[in-house]
Amino acid sequence: RCCAPSGAGPAMNCRAEVLEVSVEGRQVEEAMLAVLHTVLLHRSTGKFHYKKEGTYSIGTVGTQDVDCDFIDFAYVRVSSEELDRALRKAVGEFKDALRSSGSDGMGQISLEFYQKKKSRWPFSDECIPWELWTIKVNVVNLANEQERQICREKVGEKLCEKIINIVEVMNRHEYLPKMPTQSEVDNVFDTSLKDVQPYLYKISYQITDSLGTSVTTTMRRLIKDTLAL
Amino acid sequence: AMDTDLSSQDRKDLDKFIKFFALKTVQVIVQARLGEKICTRSSSSPTGSDWFNLAIKDIPEVTHEAKKALAGQLPAVGRSMCVEISLKTSEGDSMELEIWCLEMNEKCDKEIKVSYTVYNRLSLLLKSLLAITRVTPAYRLSRKQGHEYVILYRIYFGEVQLSGLGEGFQTVRVGTVGTPVGTITLSCAYRINLAFMSTRQFERTPPIMGIIIDHFVDRPYPSSSPMHPCNYRAGEDNGAAYPSVEDSQEVCTTSFSTSPPSQCVFTVTKAHFQTPPPVVTDTLKVPVMGLAFSHQLSSSRLSYQPAALGVGSADMGYPVLFAGGLNAAHPHQLIGPGKEGGVPPIPSQPAHGTQADQERMCTPLDGIHYSAATPSSSEDTETVSNSSEGKCGSPHDLLETIFIRKVGAFVNKPINQVTMANLDIPFAMFAPKNVELEDNDPMVNPPESPETESPLQGSLHSEGSSGSSTGNTHDDFVMIDFKPAFSKDDILPMDLGTFYREFQNPPQLSSLSIDIGAQSMAEDLDSLPEKLAVHEKNVKEFDAFVETLQ
Repeated sequence: RCCAPSGAGPAMNCRAEVLEVSVEGRQVEEAMLAVLHTVLLHRSTGKFHYKKEGTYSIGTVGTQDVDCDFIDFAYVRVSSEELDRALRKAVGEFKDALRSSGSDGMGQISLEFYQKKKSRWPFSDECIPWELWTIKVNVVNLANEQERQICREKVGEKLCEKIINIVEVMNRHEYLPKMPTQSEVDNVFDTSLKDVQPYLYKISYQITDSLGTSVTTTMRRLIKDTLAL
Repeated sequence: AMDTDLSSQDRKDLDKFIKFFALKTVQVIVQARLGEKICTRSSSSPTGSDWFNLAIKDIPEVTHEAKKALAGQLPAVGRSMCVEISLKTSEGDSMELEIWCLEMNEKCDKEIKVSYTVYNRLSLLLKSLLAITRVTPAYRLSRKQGHEYVILYRIYFGEVQLSGLGEGFQTVRVGTVGTPVGTITLSCAYRINLAFMSTRQFERTPPIMGIIIDHFVDRPYPSSSPMHPCNYRAGEDNGAAYPSVEDSQEVCTTSFSTSPPSQCVFTVTKAHFQTPPPVVTDTLKVPVMGLAFSHQLSSSRLSYQPAALGVGSADMGYPVLFAGGLNAAHPHQLIGPGKEGGVPPIPSQPAHGTQADQERMCTPLDGIHYSAATPSSSEDTETVSNSSEGKCGSPHDLLETIFIRKVGAFVNKPINQVTMANLDIPFAMFAPKNVELEDNDPMVNPPESPETESPLQGSLHSEGSSGSSTGNTHDDFVMIDFKPAFSKDDILPMDLGTFYREFQNPPQLSSLSIDIGAQSMAEDLDSLPEKLAVHEKNVKEFDAFVETLQ
């Protein structure tokens, strides 16, 4: 599934959405999974079964509730263990990278949906992104249990807002790849999973060098202000 | 002319899609309020019965209710399908939390392909609905239902009614899908103010004094459908209609099953009092009013209106009157605005529920200064207050809210803060933690010593809480679980939180209790000069005493 990178940044027709969250270290995974799963819920269909004459039928997508342990939050994801594993793997790597970069971690994780455009030999296939989701993450360190409790709730509320934002974008019914013929289906969808069929996607991440203590201080001050009655 | 653009097959398909979309919408919403996690399986082979390529179970009773509400119609302009989610406490108080609206507007998209694009977009919209139903405040409430409250749903078709959601409700749009016959819109309006609920009448009619008992039961909906609990389990393999319901809900269900939805409505509003000029402080006696809510008014709606709301009428300064609770021993008469209004006494009925209810009575009316045991005309009451007014000077607003029972927590708190959860009002557990009250000085308005509480009452409130230890301030969405960081024992009914709450209401000192009925403010003022004179006479003694201290 290799294809040449399509360039330094998003292609011209690729829409890009950016979300930002500030979380405690142990909340990173759940927050990322919540956002990624919500996006993929909207960007996955049932498996296509092509019949003769170019018609196809679509399988059924199941869903399930996920409760977060470190955030007062719950979200819905597609019922697909393979998809969940793939996301957890990517998010796990991101979290480890954030952690090893130092305690005041800043980074971003990106979910890009793309289409493959086949090229003739010797050129490799092109990947043309059509939607890019970027989640910017600030990791904060909290000093005590009280702050953590507040963070649980605040991050939960923030994630609720993010879900609403995601749904707003999805509702715009902007460009989606055309439904492919059987020969083209692998250029649009990831057909490798056995129970669902997400659009072709890739996940990447970047760790930003810490900008010093400014981020943590700001977050801590925000929390302290909230506590002050 | 519009229809000829759409082939008849497309039209038929579109109608079918919209109908099943409406039914699935209801299923998703109700299932999201069942209080448990939903899980359905993906299936790579299409089963043919999974509408919109999504695995959404169909709870038979819910489909039945939805079909009943739709009565063969489809959402159209001015005819929306609404799913109302409300909360009902074990004491019988209920409150609307959300209204989910499936509406149709006139904006048509003629170009769109019905069987393909519309269908897929409806599928996408259902996915959005799955996501959004988990992020409104009612989701978390519904996950914790069962002990003290249950979540109910009601489906109606027609005009959207949002007035039961309280002030400042918020709206979230789930999404829209354009079709050749109109644009389908799905949205949710949800309450954010969980503590107070204002009556519809309150907002619509001009303020009058006293209480209006409204035996009017019907809701202004074309079809007043009964409410149903969300939380029941459908058997896995049987599509049987009515699976068993937990005990606490059985009470709710039976009380709703055949009658139109009932509602106990409460308003906590400004109370306008006569007060003497500020110079009098420590002997200020203000009639302490309490609000007792009848838990038994299952078939009438109690509206509570202040004398004058907000601006103006500062000169009226009517004391706020209130309804007595219901108790076999003390039938109370409600004081109404006018005799001709004919406010009948509420017949006494046995207290609903446990013994605790009987004890949760407000101070009897006869103890209150301004109360009149007889129904008074508005003039009478005006006279009473005016007479005080003459002596006291110009009235001004005193308190935002006043409660007289079980407010022992005030003793430890700053004057201006009241913990609503300690007060015996419905939904107290949902109230914001700190409410700004002016002049809510326990010296001024001494709390009643709490009556003996039944252990049941304690445990009923054990989850609802004022957990001030968490340091939460006014959240829009209040944490209702008081989780002390340790010693929460699920086995024993008495956990730390309960212990803390039960023992933070010590009986008040007798020296602080003010026998309200005995004295009037006027008497206080009269006695002041006398007291001052006595003190003046003894001034030399006082001075001498002070000398000895230095």
